[in-house]
Amino acid sequence: MSRAVSALEGASHKGFVEVAEAGLVGMITLRGDLSSAKMKAAVKAATGTAIPAPRRIVTEGDRAAAWMSPDELLILVPYAEAPATVAALDAALAGEHHLAADVSDARAVFRVRGAKADEALMKLCPVDFATLEAGEIRRTRAAQVAAAFWRSAGDEFTLVSFRSVAGYVMGLLEVSSRTGSELFPA
Amino acid sequence: MSTRLPKGGRLIDRTKPLSFSFNGKRMQGFEGDTLASALLGQNQMMVGRSFKYHRPRGLIASGAEEPNGLVGLGQGGRFEPNQRLTTTELFEGAVTASQNHWPSLDFDLGAINDRFARFLPGGFYYKTFMFPRFAWKHVFEPFIRQSAGLGRVPQARDEDRYEYAYAFADLVIVGGGIAGLAAALAAGRQGKRVWLIEQSAHWGGRAVVDGVQIEGLEASDWVKETVETLEGMENVTLRTRTMASGLYDHGYLLMYERVADHRPGDGRPRHRLWRMRAGHVITATGAIERPLSFAGNDIPGVMLAGAVRDYVVNWAVSPGDRTVIVTNNDDAYRTALALLDAGLVVPAIIDARPAATGALPAEARARGLRVIEGYGIGHVKGSKRVTGVSLCVQAGEGAELETIACDAVAMSGGWSPVVHLWSHCGGKLIWDEAQAMFRPDAKRPATGADGAAMVTAVGSANGILNAHEVLADAHRAAGGKGTAPGAVCGEESPMLPVWIMPQGAGPALRMKMWLDPQNDVKVSDVQLAAREGYESVEHTKRYTTLGMATDQGKISNINGLAVLSDALNRGIPETGTTTFRPPYTPISMGAIAGEARGGIFQPLRKTPMHDWHETHGAHWEPVGQWRRPYCFLRHGEGIHDAVNREIRNTRNAVGLLDASTLGKILVKGPDAGRFLDMLYTNMMSTLPVGKCRYGLMCNENGFLSDDGVVVRLSEDSWLCHTTTGGAERIHGWMEDWLQCEWWDWKVYTANLTEEYAQVAIAGPNARKLLEKLGGMDVSKEAFPAMEWREGTLGGVRARIYRISFSGELSYEVAVPASEGRAFWDALLAAGEEFGVMPYGTEAMHIMRAEKGFIMIGDETDGTVIPQDLNLQWAISKKKDDYLGKRAQERSFMASPERWKLVGLESLDGGVIPDGAYAVAEGHNANGQRNTQGRVTSTYFSPTLGKGIAMGLVKHGPDRMGEVLDFPVDNGKVVKARIVDPVFYDKEGEKQNV
Repeated sequence: MSRAVSALEGASHKGFVEVAEAGLVGMITLRGDLSSAKMKAAVKAATGTAIPAPRRIVTEGDRAAAWMSPDELLILVPYAEAPATVAALDAALAGEHHLAADVSDARAVFRVRGAKADEALMKLCPVDFATLEAGEIRRTRAAQVAAAFWRSAGDEFTLVSFRSVAGYVMGLLEVSSRTGSELFPA
Repeated sequence: MSTRLPKGGRLIDRTKPLSFSFNGKRMQGFEGDTLASALLGQNQMMVGRSFKYHRPRGLIASGAEEPNGLVGLGQGGRFEPNQRLTTTELFEGAVTASQNHWPSLDFDLGAINDRFARFLPGGFYYKTFMFPRFAWKHVFEPFIRQSAGLGRVPQARDEDRYEYAYAFADLVIVGGGIAGLAAALAAGRQGKRVWLIEQSAHWGGRAVVDGVQIEGLEASDWVKETVETLEGMENVTLRTRTMASGLYDHGYLLMYERVADHRPGDGRPRHRLWRMRAGHVITATGAIERPLSFAGNDIPGVMLAGAVRDYVVNWAVSPGDRTVIVTNNDDAYRTALALLDAGLVVPAIIDARPAATGALPAEARARGLRVIEGYGIGHVKGSKRVTGVSLCVQAGEGAELETIACDAVAMSGGWSPVVHLWSHCGGKLIWDEAQAMFRPDAKRPATGADGAAMVTAVGSANGILNAHEVLADAHRAAGGKGTAPGAVCGEESPMLPVWIMPQGAGPALRMKMWLDPQNDVKVSDVQLAAREGYESVEHTKRYTTLGMATDQGKISNINGLAVLSDALNRGIPETGTTTFRPPYTPISMGAIAGEARGGIFQPLRKTPMHDWHETHGAHWEPVGQWRRPYCFLRHGEGIHDAVNREIRNTRNAVGLLDASTLGKILVKGPDAGRFLDMLYTNMMSTLPVGKCRYGLMCNENGFLSDDGVVVRLSEDSWLCHTTTGGAERIHGWMEDWLQCEWWDWKVYTANLTEEYAQVAIAGPNARKLLEKLGGMDVSKEAFPAMEWREGTLGGVRARIYRISFSGELSYEVAVPASEGRAFWDALLAAGEEFGVMPYGTEAMHIMRAEKGFIMIGDETDGTVIPQDLNLQWAISKKKDDYLGKRAQERSFMASPERWKLVGLESLDGGVIPDGAYAVAEGHNANGQRNTQGRVTSTYFSPTLGKGIAMGLVKHGPDRMGEVLDFPVDNGKVVKARIVDPVFYDKEGEKQNV
């Protein structure tokens, strides 16, 4: 029985949007030749998805593959499955130059939910939300730290940061979503 | 006296009275008032004292250009000095206090400076440097310090929050007057993403006050209609109370939104700084009226004509019962008419032009006003309030021909376009002779990345003062289709540039003509600067302080440089303007800081065990953005005692160190070994799988950059440990070489620092503790030093490295960060019987020093090479190359004269001060004692019961046993002997058990 806990153990706040730490998510850094047949098969086996296009995330149930750079993907799986998925990726990519590393415990994941979820993030991330396309993942910053996010549902964003700064990111999100501080009050 | 008129006031709501206070006096205003209009409505014309002479100062303007109306606003955590009365909206309970006077606004001792004005001429501050040296220190500096600064510094912690917001638009239109509105309409209809921002709380700008007709409607109705149309456009965003503070390269526009200034404490952020990326910027920022320079133009009651009109029309406030108009243009006649409409008296319109023949003068005459052509004001009578004006011929020297009693003067010297944003990124200006103004030169705009204009100025900001042409200009600039909205407004006849009134005024009058009323710069000061050789307008600005006040010369600059040009006998364009720099008006420090305050001032990186440390007495040490426990304080214990206790316990029982912050970088690929051989000074490609090796990294200049233990994980993967502060830097360093230099090498890296919680378990009982947790064989036979094993330890996935930085039997265990806290708790519980105790970074530092291990940042400072630290054993001689190798072969690096690492022991057993230098014989060229070494690490060793130190000493390793002198504070000299840097367990018996 794992005694694993996420950095903030699911803390949440409710302002004009709701922000919550999403708990543990399995994440794998996968680097390699994204155009190779072996890579396509390995990612398909791990997530059920194709290789995402640049700046895109493709989701299949509770799994996803996100484009990080021309030679890097982020693979998302249920937390408990991450070690086995790394092993499977390594096996599938044997003989081909690649790197697969479990980073599930190095990250914190947040959900920002509500009709004005983008307004909370607009205060922290230099991103043009009006031109953010469906299925787009943005690697950016939240105030002073690195972050990545995507629109995970109609009015929900999922944001990923490093685990050590989870408290800082939650502080940012809490302050930025305080009731009354909407950027475009109706 | 100034007063509230019985009716009118388009911006105030008389059904909503608001109370406020000024210098403790309770006053009343209405919703919609500014602090300025509310004060005027209560006959409070005098609002402060000037900076240098402490002369009485009244309101001059009605907007951002106001130089005098600055107050301390609010109390306690909401107090802020230098708040501009004219741009601050009145709110219930506002507490205001005037500035720069003592003991009171009415009676001020500093006003004595005014009597001695001739001893405080232009350039006073600079001239003080020319006096004998002692005069600066003993006379001028104390005097200047005492009188420097305007307003009081807030003492309490700011109660408000501030924030940033990032935005993007195709077009940002700055200024919500009719030009901005027309531009927004034109651009909005093309479907562009448009933002229209207005610094005040109201749309429409001057046109609504001036009674312009647009498209057959009163300007105010057209504005209302247009705003509604724009609000209906999805692609158009409208913002009032939002000022464009500065425009920077690539269309980066800072916009300052005063979200809650008008409703303090309502829970919203007080200010918001919009960080906008604009495809294009249209400045529709209007124009600012210029004062006229006549003697006594700084006496309260002398105001800009346009401002007088604003107060009457917008807020139903009359600045005076009898207002004399003095002008060089037709526009000021509108003020005369507005005053008449309000039932007030205009005794005369003094027009400096030889003839006033336009439609507006005609209308004034038709309504019975006296228009005096070719005249000017000789001087204003009164001290704290205007009581009258003397008239003179503009062409003459000021002989008094008539006196008119009045309690206000409305002056107009023409208009200056607001060109700040246009100029911020390098847009150039041209001098418009006819209108006597600098306006944007459309041929020389600020350009964007594509080389095309980044900014377009429209309307009055573009030097167009006629409403009809303003609309046409704005419509055209925004790419409007069809015809622009049309306006009906009277034709104006040409203005006449008037820089001094009267033009032949002698020195006595010129000494009373104010250019910059806040900083007390007069016509005579600028002329003096010219006589003293100042030709550059930038130099004159700094010499005289013209335009250096908080209003940044919005009303004074053009008049000042015109006076300078005249004194230098050259044209105004030859003189040019000073540089326009952001911000347009001051913005709060809070807005600049944004959300970064309190708990989120900076990211604080926490290990999975951070909370445990916090609740167990951690005395924190910042290491990068991490906080690491320096030591764990027990109740009543001092820091030094805690450190010694932690060391003794680790040496005698077992200690735990949270080492999670150490950098952990995975390096993998067919070329990974070759890559690491280049990065480290020693060989990493030959490290067998399953083993660990200590390695050094240098930069290309040969200097030691980082160190740590490298682990061979598999045939093609290594895990590189870095220092805590070095993790991100070294990862970036690796990627730099891989991406920019050795891009064809097959190597991938991943920074796994935060994936693992890592604990060093050190001390004679370390093995017993791990054995009790169980699951892995940690025996001496099965698990030798400098190897690693993977398995399950106490039920947790673990990788154990048998490495020691303390000199004790030691295991470093890495577990998934998510289980780090549980693992830590398990160690503490299981270790109780073995005397387990956590230790902090200071204990770690001392224990490594006892062992003679170097520390990056102590023994290294960016100028130290591994050879200096006797680390030749960690430098491979087999390798052709590694980063830093060639640099280390340069003559200075290979020189035997370099200072080298040794141990140091003071003769009296005390601790040598950190950083102390060992002196050598003789003095250097600067008369300083020669040196021959310095202390790099120094501690009290509880293990040895005495002070120990490491240092770099010239020929050090060859001088064992010699005694060096370290002069320290108070003339004392510490004597220390050169010894082996390994103080403890030289044979390593403790760790190899």
